[in-house]
Amino acid sequence: MTLMNMVQSINSALDIKLEEDPKVLSFGEDAGLEGGVFRVTENLQKKHGEERVFDTPLSEAGIIGSAVGMCMTGLRPVAEIQFSGFVYPAYDHIISHAARMHNRTRGRYDMSMVIRMPYGGGIKAIEHHSESMETLFAHVPGLKVVIPSTPYDAKGLLISSIESDDPIIYMEPKRLYRAMKQEVPDGKFQIDIGKAKIVQEGSDITVVSYGAMMKEAREAAILAQKEGYSVELIDLRTIYPLDRKTVAESIRKTGRLLSVTEGPSFSGIGSELVTLANEEAFLSLEAPPTRLAGFDTIVPLPKGEHFYFHTADRILYEVEKLVKY
Amino acid sequence: MFTKYHPTKGEMLQILSPEGKIINTKFQPEISTEKVLQAYKLMVYTRTVDLKTVSYQRQGRMYTYAPNFGQEASMIGTGFHMNQEDWLVPSYREMGAFFHRGVTPTDIWLYWGGHEDGAKFPKATNTLPISVPIASQIIHAAGIGYGLKLQKQKGIVYTYFGDGGTSEGDFHAGLNFASVWKAPVIFICQNNQYAISLRQEKQMASSNIAIKSLAYGMPGIQVDGNDFFACYSATQKAAQHIEEGKGPVLIEALTYRRGAHTTADDPSRYRSKEEEKIWEEKDPILRLKRYLVAQKLWSEEDDTKLTQQYEEEVEAEFLEYEKYPPYELNDVFQYLYNTMPDDLVKQKQEYEKYLAWKESRS
Ligand SMILES: Cc1ncc(C[n+]2csc(CCOP(=O)(O)OP(=O)(O)O)c2C)c(N)n1
Ligand SMILES: [Mg+2]
Repeated sequence: MTLMNMVQSINSALDIKLEEDPKVLSFGEDAGLEGGVFRVTENLQKKHGEERVFDTPLSEAGIIGSAVGMCMTGLRPVAEIQFSGFVYPAYDHIISHAARMHNRTRGRYDMSMVIRMPYGGGIKAIEHHSESMETLFAHVPGLKVVIPSTPYDAKGLLISSIESDDPIIYMEPKRLYRAMKQEVPDGKFQIDIGKAKIVQEGSDITVVSYGAMMKEAREAAILAQKEGYSVELIDLRTIYPLDRKTVAESIRKTGRLLSVTEGPSFSGIGSELVTLANEEAFLSLEAPPTRLAGFDTIVPLPKGEHFYFHTADRILYEVEKLVKY
Repeated sequence: MFTKYHPTKGEMLQILSPEGKIINTKFQPEISTEKVLQAYKLMVYTRTVDLKTVSYQRQGRMYTYAPNFGQEASMIGTGFHMNQEDWLVPSYREMGAFFHRGVTPTDIWLYWGGHEDGAKFPKATNTLPISVPIASQIIHAAGIGYGLKLQKQKGIVYTYFGDGGTSEGDFHAGLNFASVWKAPVIFICQNNQYAISLRQEKQMASSNIAIKSLAYGMPGIQVDGNDFFACYSATQKAAQHIEEGKGPVLIEALTYRRGAHTTADDPSRYRSKEEEKIWEEKDPILRLKRYLVAQKLWSEEDDTKLTQQYEEEVEAEFLEYEKYPPYELNDVFQYLYNTMPDDLVKQKQEYEKYLAWKESRS
């Protein structure tokens, strides 16, 4: 066990897989020599060589398009997109090829790639560096979407993602990169993709969140406790495939659902969770299943971003409304 | 000029040597002494604002910022040629070209200080905001060029991008569209030899960037990007080429980013102090100053006075900027659509209710 932040635990997962499996590669813009702009891949090039850990030219389409080709030769690329806001030139290759190839070729070619990208706000960055657009991937058939919220989960989930034969979108909450440290095993371990985690048990309301918003959700659960509301807090960890069973059982128990997500509200993951509550727990509901999501606006630049990103007391406000409903 | 410096020859246009001597009289631009002085002052002004902004960032009075230090000739040597009716389609490292258009330091600070008002430029015309997604603006330039041509409007589009930007598909699409349309666009690559940490040799296998123009049937030229005269001269020729109806031109200005990529970057991770030293000697402002002083058009005393004057002006403007009105909730919502959809009206109201609740508890 070592005390690690998320940057270190992701680095450790990559290091272990690069060491263990010669077919694993790690690459992206500034992801070789420099070790990535957030230093997530630091020292990996030195250790595993320039052929397997490298800088690419500045083209996201190039990065993901070539990863598609690499997968066809049996490699297992882990491609880094520098910020999720710059993934769009690669979106065609993700949707039109990575997500479809296995189905199109009737299982002949595995798209055994992981696409890593920091996402989300809260670091006072300029345009295109603060968005949470996981919905754009979760909506696409053929992709799996994983978002960790702790150093421990980040490592276990990344190892599972690299070992998965399906294409995985692995989104890293950049605000949490260095926000906390945790004891993480030095060796290899996996966390199942598609399994949510009950972070805290409770009886009045189920709060479901993931990624960067877990921090505020945890704080809100503590505030709620003080107000006398018992929150059951679930960290989805995988957005797709959604762990319907864990979420449904919890809502049936508490009778209430609040989803807390960072990105825009419309057609968001919150909408899915509310639907799930209706489909799986309707007869147990004590209050309308509710989503707290971002405004359907562009994330404001830093001077205005405090309006956009949920705080713990905004979550408490929604919890209180539902418990008192 | 485009024949003499054809990019297959691998020869770079240089007019002013690093020592400040004219070494190439044949391709000297047509420009009055008065204008050269004006351009020099703009270069000094740009550097003053740039260095001050970096220090404000260090003091925590500004968010992450992308410095322009060292690229003043490449941005002003090309951008200074813009007339009122021309268009500036920038990336994010062309502050001198912005100032030439009437953008103010306050606009620049608003943007990098985290306020959307910094993309509006109330005092400048035909000037697009900073474009962060690399190379995307290059295609917009082609579209503006088409718009001007179709509507028989005057004007040339000046679009800027970096060496890294040439790797994106948008670079190809932009040059291809503009050349097929013979659109009035000057494509200006500020080749500062790095894309964050990646050196040019790892970015591309081609010997230079100007040579990429051949694939689009347009002239291309590599110029010394730290040489004001070379930059200005090539731009003047490119504008003539366009005015003769012959379509777009690609200029590669070979320069060096003396500062960090952004204030969040540490160049010592990917380049040496020795290399930085070499480029310090080739500094564009130093070079033009040496020339002006040798011509007796300028003196060290003038220079000290000017720098001091600019420093005072910039500091005073920054203090004013810091009094800018606070960001309001409505600023998040009001410009997204021409008429706010009900959904947004509701989200804003919900937020106001939450604020009232919060208020009631404190
Ligand atoms: C599409 C896209 N991908 C990645 C980035 C992140 N990024 C910002 S600047 C930069 C390097 C750009 O290098 P270059 O084009 O040479 O311009 P310079 O910064 O050197 O002026 C990168 C990769 C981005 N802004 N947009
Ligand atoms: Mg560059």
